Amino acid sequence: MKDILVCNGTGCTSSKSPKILENFKRIIKEKDIKDVSVIRTGCFGLCAKGPVVIIRPENTFYAKVKPEDCEEIVQKHIIEGEVVQRLLCKDVDGNLVEKLDDLDFYKKQKRVVLKNCGKIDPENIDDYIAQDGYKALEKVLKEMTPDEVIEEITKSGLRGRGGAGFPTGKKWSFTKMAEGKQKYVVCNADEGDPGAFMDRSILEGDPHSVVEAMMIAGYAVGADKGYIYVRAEYPIAVHRFQIAINQAKEKGILGEKIFGTDFNFELNIRLGAGAFVCGEETALLESIEGRRGQPRLKPPFPANKGLWGCPTLINNVETYANITQIILKGADWYNTIGTEKSKGTKVFALGGDVNNIGLVEVPIGTTLREIVYEIGGGIPNNRGFKAAQTGGPSGGCIPEEYLDTPIDYESLKEIGSMMGSGGLIVMDDSKCMVNLAKFYLGFTVSESCGKCNPCRIGTKRMYEILEKLTNGEGTLEDIESLEKLCTTVSTASVCGLGQSAPNPVISTLKYFKEEYIEHAVDKKCRANECKALTKIQIDQEKCRGCGLCQKNCPVEAIKGEGREKRYIDQDKCIKCRTCLSKCPFKAIG
Amino acid sequence: MINIIIDGIKAQVPENITVLEAAKMVGIEIPTLCFLKDINEVGDCRMCLVEIEGARGFVTSCIQKVEEGMVIRTNTEKVNEARKNVLKLILSAHEKKCLSCVRNGNCELQSLAMKFGITDIEFEGEIVNKTVDDKSPSIVRNSAKCVLCRRCVSTCKKIQDIGAIDCVNRGFESAISTFENKSLNDVNCTFCGQCIQNCPTAALHEKENIDDVYEKLKDENTIVLVQTAPAVRVALGEEFGMPIGTNVEGKMVTALKRLGFDKVFDTNTGADFTIMEEATEFVNRVKNEKIMPMITSCCPAWVRFIEMEYPEYLQHLSSCKSPHEMLGAVLKSYYAEKINVDPRNICVVSVMPCIAKKFERQRPEMEKDVDIVITTRELAKMIKQANISFEDLSDSEFDSPMGEATGAGAIFGTTGGVMEAALRTAQDLLTGEDLKEIEFEDVRGEKGIKEANVVINDREFKIAVASGLGNARKIMEKIKAGNVDYDFIEIMACPGGCIMGGGQPIKSSKIRRSVDVRKLRADAIYTIDEKKQIRKSHENPVLKSIYSEYLGTPNENLAHKLLHTEYRKREKYN
Amino acid sequence: MEEIKCNCNGKDKYMAELLEKFTPEKDNLIQILNGVQEHYGYIPKHAQQEISEYLKMPMAEIYGVVTFYSRFTLKPKGKYNIAICLGTACFVKGSEKIMDRAKERLKIKPGETTSDGMFSLEETRCVGACGLAPVFTVNGEVYGSATVQKLDQVIDEIYLKNK
Repeated sequence: MKDILVCNGTGCTSSKSPKILENFKRIIKEKDIKDVSVIRTGCFGLCAKGPVVIIRPENTFYAKVKPEDCEEIVQKHIIEGEVVQRLLCKDVDGNLVEKLDDLDFYKKQKRVVLKNCGKIDPENIDDYIAQDGYKALEKVLKEMTPDEVIEEITKSGLRGRGGAGFPTGKKWSFTKMAEGKQKYVVCNADEGDPGAFMDRSILEGDPHSVVEAMMIAGYAVGADKGYIYVRAEYPIAVHRFQIAINQAKEKGILGEKIFGTDFNFELNIRLGAGAFVCGEETALLESIEGRRGQPRLKPPFPANKGLWGCPTLINNVETYANITQIILKGADWYNTIGTEKSKGTKVFALGGDVNNIGLVEVPIGTTLREIVYEIGGGIPNNRGFKAAQTGGPSGGCIPEEYLDTPIDYESLKEIGSMMGSGGLIVMDDSKCMVNLAKFYLGFTVSESCGKCNPCRIGTKRMYEILEKLTNGEGTLEDIESLEKLCTTVSTASVCGLGQSAPNPVISTLKYFKEEYIEHAVDKKCRANECKALTKIQIDQEKCRGCGLCQKNCPVEAIKGEGREKRYIDQDKCIKCRTCLSKCPFKAIG
Repeated sequence: MINIIIDGIKAQVPENITVLEAAKMVGIEIPTLCFLKDINEVGDCRMCLVEIEGARGFVTSCIQKVEEGMVIRTNTEKVNEARKNVLKLILSAHEKKCLSCVRNGNCELQSLAMKFGITDIEFEGEIVNKTVDDKSPSIVRNSAKCVLCRRCVSTCKKIQDIGAIDCVNRGFESAISTFENKSLNDVNCTFCGQCIQNCPTAALHEKENIDDVYEKLKDENTIVLVQTAPAVRVALGEEFGMPIGTNVEGKMVTALKRLGFDKVFDTNTGADFTIMEEATEFVNRVKNEKIMPMITSCCPAWVRFIEMEYPEYLQHLSSCKSPHEMLGAVLKSYYAEKINVDPRNICVVSVMPCIAKKFERQRPEMEKDVDIVITTRELAKMIKQANISFEDLSDSEFDSPMGEATGAGAIFGTTGGVMEAALRTAQDLLTGEDLKEIEFEDVRGEKGIKEANVVINDREFKIAVASGLGNARKIMEKIKAGNVDYDFIEIMACPGGCIMGGGQPIKSSKIRRSVDVRKLRADAIYTIDEKKQIRKSHENPVLKSIYSEYLGTPNENLAHKLLHTEYRKREKYN
Repeated sequence: MEEIKCNCNGKDKYMAELLEKFTPEKDNLIQILNGVQEHYGYIPKHAQQEISEYLKMPMAEIYGVVTFYSRFTLKPKGKYNIAICLGTACFVKGSEKIMDRAKERLKIKPGETTSDGMFSLEETRCVGACGLAPVFTVNGEVYGSATVQKLDQVIDEIYLKNK
């Protein structure tokens, strides 16, 4: 009895994993092999090595599988019982690793939220039920009062995983206490941080865990209607969540008189339409109600006045994904994971200049160094670590000196960043921090809802100053204005998006101010990223006139004929740096 | 009552009021920009931020309600710095051509800049949208002056229930605009001008026609006649610092004469003509069992509204032209003959509290009865430009014959006035008596929709009066649903009627928070009526003679030809 | 560009079917627009008009919602829609350069379509293939570990194929 697990998360799907799934199924059928099932799963986490195929029970991990490799895997591994060496994964030192559990990437991880991701078929409710699915709901409905449920969640110390880390139990009890005949439970799956994909992976890999948790929340706060607000840009997640709803309905788990009790629950999907600000809870409510996603002023908070003016509980996907396990294993168990103030695990989307790009789940309190160097396998090309960015456009950059800071809500805030929804982008020493700040501000300028002046105009003015700096037109006074704007925008904006928009600038100004000054005074970008401040030139001493650079230049900016030494037409050069990598004599720089 | 401490002052204030209102009660004026009581309470501009003990970050005082024991600080360094920097940001995105701006001197943004002592804006940058829409005959929209306070949007959507403008795009690109960024001329805008009244800057203003007037006044071959609407005289003084609700009729006439108009006539007389025609039309509809209810047609924004929104009900509109158009028609026919001048050499200028009248004037159905329409504000400008010190002027009287008007004509300027004037005449026409009960209290006052039953000759007439297009829509929906059986309906597009028209002096949000502008102006109008000897239009001796001499019977022949018009279905979006 | 419209009483058949699925409440606006965007590939004017009538909403308000959400577009996309990921993971790996190149090659800005209707360009945030960063997609097909040359190659191939 063997299982062939094929990752069908978005990352692997982009590199043709559905074709791999199809091939395996076809081959197994053609060869009439019994006792082997081919299972489509959600994300395994190690996206950099995708498409990923795992053979159970031995847990062999095949990386970068192509559709044409299926034949060989079936023949050699399934039939002949031999591992296909060439498809195994190499660790950072170049050694082949056979089993999933032997990969450094997984060793330090603790999978609570992602426990089912990559292990079950997300489109099959029986797979979920086999993993104790819907037992927590049954337990809650049959054995616990709503207050007991809230008590358990409060005791667990779970905090909102959407960014700010508000205690979940408290939020539930506020909503329960609020007066109102109709109450709603909402799941925020509008994951907008441009580099984070935890929530999507959960919805793609284990949708029922969210369905179940929303129902538990509904029971606890007294709501019988729920909405999940998902980005329309996540078609696979939407599709699988809808399947989960349908299957739960068919099984009689979702609907009326659930588990024979008086509890009813109705769950609907609402699609977001591409506005980052809708991740802000009140903007999300506006959007569900069909309007422009412009945040409401708080108070009143959604717990008192949310959807259509009714008390509404809003949690994000990852928060919900913790619930069933807290109920089943107890708050005391959950308390053993994490730090004193921040319990449980956190999922990060690890990306950027790191070897093992992917999804990682670690106990809160794990240090950045452990994540980057042990789980992430360090930085490619032996480059140095410059900074890690957490919290996306609302977060900040963490410099090397804080690599050993335990990652939790408080300590991240202290060093000028935030947990955010969980994007964690590593940057090596070739990155310009001023340019990075500009990137994030550019994002906020176009994603600001436009409602309040500090955010609408302030972020634009900040962007303009950063543009001046990266173009070599900035001055020290500009940096002063930038600092002033940071204060105004963060203190005077209406919602969390505006208030946190300056964070990427504030944190880079804090740790990399000398780079700002270099841009302004010396007109220099030490990372050579800012086009206007860099010039790519061919060292006439080193050039041998081979013409390789010229052949590879996409814009015909390199001049010279035959064996002549080449030179670069600066007006045409787009600084793509292709020539640098092509020159055999390292003559270009 | 609850206890609060605000800037160290202990105070007892009512529950359920905002921090902004509470501050006002103890003599603290917190700056605002987007705030407009009951209309736009959105907290977007961030000028009214305050500190409240225990709250995280600043608090929006126009939204936040006071709570027992609240400790509020409105004047700390941090708060002032934040407000000042936000104001600088707003100014950085604003086209600062203040000296050549129509709102120079009456601009809420300018006042704030003065208040905060802004001398330098260090955050200058791109201004997102510099479109100027001046295609319509009534209204100009200049995006470069828009501060996105959304006061116009709320007014248009919530009060008028039109929604011609809304916030479009996102982020820095956000703008107040129309469907597909079309001209207001080509969308469902009615030209009521309420957005202008609520705009803190000059992002919305009337299309000026002052220069057209000067040109005609210069032309020696043209006789320039001017008429002034009932509502103008009770508001014009405000532009010269006089108290709201001052009746400046006499000074206004003197000023107009000094400006060089050949004759100064009164639109109130035109209103008397309207009543003659409209009351007769009503009586005829009743007697001949024609389409009921009859709805008034003197408000051009309302007419444009029904043409676009309810074209199937156009038969219900009275076919009467509006007062200034009627007067224009009489001036260019009867009066032209009388003074023996070719009507082509007569220019009729109307001074109106309204910008939709500019649109009405150029409707082809109106056959150039009126040549130029200027607003109350434009007249004030002309007076100032002519170095006339208005406050010091002595009173003059309107020229005859079109200067004599009744109290019925005067009350046309306020909601309920047309109905009351029409009833005064209709009841006499129907009974054949000279009835003394002529004050209809049920149709007066600030309510948006007023309903009453009036018994004439044992027959009960159901009447309704609506002001504000939102209320007009409510009435029309009731009619459409068949829930009501009104006989006669008066509709004015502006909440409160013409005294609150889009062409009237603009009052800042600060003034409107403390004074009931509508009531003061309306009171002045009713006072004019009370003081009149003749208070029924059909008793106006001037009308009597013109009808017998020239027009004949109301609603018939020449009267019909000159004083009535027709309507057509209009596409909302072109 | 010609609007797609059939002649069922002057109304669009698809729109009629779509609207039928929703009660005439303003809350449903975004859901309806999502359907329209999916069906036509953009939000045509006539669809906005029919929604306006159905939900009794002013056109300006609908237009305000359409222009707020970046998924909704007012113009049809090109035959080949090139979307370049500007999510952080891709940005850090140099996707900005690919975007610059695309703008230069196609002579359009993100959100625009070439005059021959062949290409449209779009910036997206994270398509979820961070392991392949930087990426761009052409009509949804992902091109990973992208470079300026790879983009050039893809564009050239499309030109060639359509000659």
